[in-house]
Amino acid sequence: MSDLVVAVLLVIGASFLLLAGVGVLRMPDVFSRMQAATKASTLGVGCILVAVAVHFNDLGVTVRALAASVFFLLTAPVSAHLLGRASYFLGVPLWEGTVIDELRSRYDLRTHRLESSFAATVPSPVTGADALVDGHGAAPDDQRRHDPEGVE
Amino acid sequence: MNGARVLAVVEAVVFVMIGVALLLAFVRLARGPSLSDRVVALDLMAVLAVGLIAMVAFAAGQAVFLDAAIVLALVAFLGTVAFARYLERRAHDE
Repeated sequence: MSDLVVAVLLVIGASFLLLAGVGVLRMPDVFSRMQAATKASTLGVGCILVAVAVHFNDLGVTVRALAASVFFLLTAPVSAHLLGRASYFLGVPLWEGTVIDELRSRYDLRTHRLESSFAATVPSPVTGADALVDGHGAAPDDQRRHDPEGVE
Repeated sequence: MNGARVLAVVEAVVFVMIGVALLLAFVRLARGPSLSDRVVALDLMAVLAVGLIAMVAFAAGQAVFLDAAIVLALVAFLGTVAFARYLERRAHDE
């Protein structure tokens, strides 16, 4: 019974890892490659580690395997965020089929100032992104105006 | 007996799948085209190596290999963060 569980978990994990590899090779730009690599590989390694924990059926091994998978769950988003941020600042080209780049019109790459931090005071041409900001209601907008978060 | 045989087949298949994934990530690492692509591929290769070490622990029946997997995960995270800082500094300089 536990053999069956281990086998299924291993196959699922390896499939996700293979999917991450294919995604990194086949996706059209850095950012989509990154999302394939980060999410699929986290899930794949997590499944394999859980399978190893079930196989050994030992407290020490289980704790170590779970610690490793929790570590991946915590660090994968952080490293993906840092890499994506650095790539965007570096000007890595987006895929030509990209529908919207909301950051480009409102982020100054030179001063690292985010325009939406004072969007409530400076009227700007209405775009899809503006509608999205307004959709959150007035309260978060007010907070954003006083929040120095947009200034690095 | 039957369960053990199934597990042996699954083990071989999983090793091959992770190996192929490593190969695909390495192709992206070699081809680029940008430095960010290479860093993403390298990050993925580190994660795949952790999976591979976990599989080695499973195949050898030695749980000690898991410690190596944990250490590799820690180092890979630090390496990716360092690469990202380096890329961002490069973006600031230009």
